[in-house]
Amino acid sequence: METTVDNKYTFKDFASDQEVRWCPGCDDYVILRAMQKALPEMGVKKEDVVFISGIGCSSRFPYYMDTYGMHSIHGRAPAIATGTKLANPDLSVWVITGDGDSMAIGGNHFIHALRRNVDLNIVLFNNEIYGLTKGQFSPTSLVGQKTKSSPYGNTQPPFSAGELAIGAQARFFARIGGNTPKEMTQIFIESEKFKGTSLIEVLQNCPIFNDGCYDEFTDKAVREDRQLYVEHGKPMIFGKEKDKGLVLNGLKLEVVTIGEDGVTEEDILVHDAKEQDPTLHQMLVRLHYPKVTGIIRSFDDVTLEERKNDQIEQVKSNSKFSVTDDLFFSGDIYEVE
Amino acid sequence: MTTTQIKHHPETLEAVIIRFVGDSGDGMQLTGTQFSDTSAMFGNDIATFPNYPAEIRAPQGSLYGVSGFQVHIGSVEISTPGDEVDLLVAMNPAGLKTNLHAVKPGHTIIVDTDAFTKKNLEKAQYESNPLEDGSLDNYRVIEVTMTSLTKEALKDVEGLDNKSITRSKNMFALGMVYWMYDRSTDHTIEFFKKKFQSKPALIEANTKVLNTGYYFAETLELIPNAYAIAPAKMEAGTYRIIMGNTATAWGFLAASEKCGLDLFLGSYPITPASDILHELAKHQHFGVKTFQAEDEIAGITSAIGASFGGNLALTTTSGPGLALKGEALGLAMMIEMPLVVVNVQRGGPSTGLPTKTEQSDLLQTLYGRNGESPVIVIAASTPANCFDFAYEAAKLTLEHMTPVVLLTDGYIANGSAPWKIKSVKDMPEIKSKIIREAKENWHPYDRDDTTLARFWAIPGTPGLEHRVGGLEKDRVSGNVSYVPDNHEYMVNIRAEKIKRVQDAIPELKPEFVDSGDLLVVGWGGTYGSIYSAVKHVTEEGVDTIGLAHFNYINPLPKNTLDVLKRFKKVLVCELNNGQFAKVLKQHFDIEILQFNKIQGLPFGNEELVQKFKQLVK
Repeated sequence: METTVDNKYTFKDFASDQEVRWCPGCDDYVILRAMQKALPEMGVKKEDVVFISGIGCSSRFPYYMDTYGMHSIHGRAPAIATGTKLANPDLSVWVITGDGDSMAIGGNHFIHALRRNVDLNIVLFNNEIYGLTKGQFSPTSLVGQKTKSSPYGNTQPPFSAGELAIGAQARFFARIGGNTPKEMTQIFIESEKFKGTSLIEVLQNCPIFNDGCYDEFTDKAVREDRQLYVEHGKPMIFGKEKDKGLVLNGLKLEVVTIGEDGVTEEDILVHDAKEQDPTLHQMLVRLHYPKVTGIIRSFDDVTLEERKNDQIEQVKSNSKFSVTDDLFFSGDIYEVE
Repeated sequence: MTTTQIKHHPETLEAVIIRFVGDSGDGMQLTGTQFSDTSAMFGNDIATFPNYPAEIRAPQGSLYGVSGFQVHIGSVEISTPGDEVDLLVAMNPAGLKTNLHAVKPGHTIIVDTDAFTKKNLEKAQYESNPLEDGSLDNYRVIEVTMTSLTKEALKDVEGLDNKSITRSKNMFALGMVYWMYDRSTDHTIEFFKKKFQSKPALIEANTKVLNTGYYFAETLELIPNAYAIAPAKMEAGTYRIIMGNTATAWGFLAASEKCGLDLFLGSYPITPASDILHELAKHQHFGVKTFQAEDEIAGITSAIGASFGGNLALTTTSGPGLALKGEALGLAMMIEMPLVVVNVQRGGPSTGLPTKTEQSDLLQTLYGRNGESPVIVIAASTPANCFDFAYEAAKLTLEHMTPVVLLTDGYIANGSAPWKIKSVKDMPEIKSKIIREAKENWHPYDRDDTTLARFWAIPGTPGLEHRVGGLEKDRVSGNVSYVPDNHEYMVNIRAEKIKRVQDAIPELKPEFVDSGDLLVVGWGGTYGSIYSAVKHVTEEGVDTIGLAHFNYINPLPKNTLDVLKRFKKVLVCELNNGQFAKVLKQHFDIEILQFNKIQGLPFGNEELVQKFKQLVK
């Protein structure tokens, strides 16, 4: 719920007194700071903010936020958060999860939360590895990836978080590199504004067990050439020289160079995040070059709590029962003397 | 041979047990419910027990597709649906075959002879027709061509298809039984008018068939006498007939209204608990939020989330579902949040016997979690007191800030009985631990000195922002702590918190006698069966037998050992392999005798009576 808040918070107001215990150099620090910076910009009251996490490195997050929070059990945070949001739709409810937490042990809750469109913000820390259990492959690890539990290479093909999410009816999907805090902060703010389940996949580097897994498109040196940061209503152009763009060739996206073969900026596809049909969003999610980041999908739809509360109000207004006595003493009752 | 105190004078019976059986599509549950409701309104005490197959529509005429509904009505106190029946109404050969053993010799069987075709006899695995081969000579068999008579009665009613015509034959049977037991057809006719409001043809047809059955019984010489059962002597008041699962649902509605917190149910469908979800889903007008989750785990975790958000939160399930909820229940215990889990027990292990009753989840409920994780466990013992114990579960969880598991079972959950209606205004106060204001030096794990319950700060309250979680907490600040002494301290304090619930629950009061030779011990849904059997033995002149029935399992009532020690022998009767007996042995160093039954069925009167007599000799 958007509430106007008179006293302007700063990021410090959202930092708890607990010592942060992630490994040095972990992108989790970037995410934490981006969140603490984003919250004062959201116009929500501090006491209305709730962080609910599962298990894993990412899930320590709530301890570091000076808000209401629950560090729950493995994979269940989306279900817990759904209960919290239904109990009190005025809260700003955030789910903090990782790739194993959300797509392995908690896969069921993850897809159902997306399907239902509860107004939650799910931040998925995807590092393509199990960190807290010290380095086993995760459901997003690549085939062939050598890990503690796959010494000869991973044999299980990975999930793509975005494809899975959009396939599960996600209305909002954003992807952002773990080393781009400014854009990340903005995406957090946008996801809070969005009514419905927002999924933000952070491509988070694990410096200990999977270091450099995203370097080919997040490294500063190549980022601009290898990443396309999409924005609704803007042409999908990328590259250091802003000369590369996406066009649709038949049923496939194709990278073209502006100025070559008669291609002009006019020919480049304009990003429409609000389109209901997810076909193009799925294609953007799947692209390997360029890696698409930013808000890929943001389709406005009715939320679960809106549906539920409307129904409750309607039932209330048509009901002959206002207190339980009305129900208990209704229908086939009889007197014994 | 007889199981209740029935005098065999046909015109004046104190109590009678009737069982309606047929195909699962024959409407036996409806027939039984109508008869029991009508009898209750007449003033009888009643107890009912539906017995139906797990298959929704099993192949017609098959032995495993038989659906039954038993009703016990009386002018005396009725505690159970009874075991041996006085009247069996069998709509087909399979029903007769699977239920004949329950009919008292010499008693009455009504059959629809139209259903005794060669095909149906084969399906029921009869080698010869029991109506012709003399195998029913020991019974009074009333043969009625029920299907043909029903068709005949309806030949002039327009707008009916063949299926609707054949389906209404159960009302013919009901009409006959109404006449036999001197019951009015009014209630059922009113029921048709409501149920078929938009289908006048069905109102006309069902009413016609019901009356035809009634007049058929009146005029036919096959039925020698009408039996009368006078109203029972019951406490004055306003009553209704209630099923255990409905009573459970209503207990939570009452608690929600009393404590002023909205009710939230997170649940996944499972037999025999789903009716609680169905019932609560109807009552959104009270602000109830029911959430049908993606699985059992989401059922409980959404409830934990709702509790965190400030609702009175509940999850409902049965045995296998409780197994799935184990980890989450541990979380609720660890973060010391209010949460009620209802486990409507069924036959286990694994998928077991989903539609049958058992008490075999007791140890799972008490101990089925990782770590030292005690929770409050209570058990309802009759269909009507499911209301009281649901209310009690809500009260205990809100006042003690720890999860409560309420155990019921398929037998009392599906059974129905008269309920003297309770108003919320007469229910005890519920004092939740909610705090609305930040006091200086506040910590999330500050505790009430008496109960050791922590205080409850709900998101949305300024100044009380805090984190909870499954990791061990520092005893004061609630921050994560791995300090060895602190962990032991916290384990002990969570256990002590449960122990102190003893001060909030009633003492155990033995019934019949306070001390003597034999104390019969039961818990949960077996109360009716055990009570009837102890009463039976007492009425035969034994005055040294007492009954101690437990509704509070963890913690046990304070005076439990005192009560047990006042008797020479203690016999624990339960529908499992001795789980409560194990619990008592673990707590108290005394000899415990056991009587166990694990057949998916309630105790029979006869087996209990025999056992008791053997032990009081």
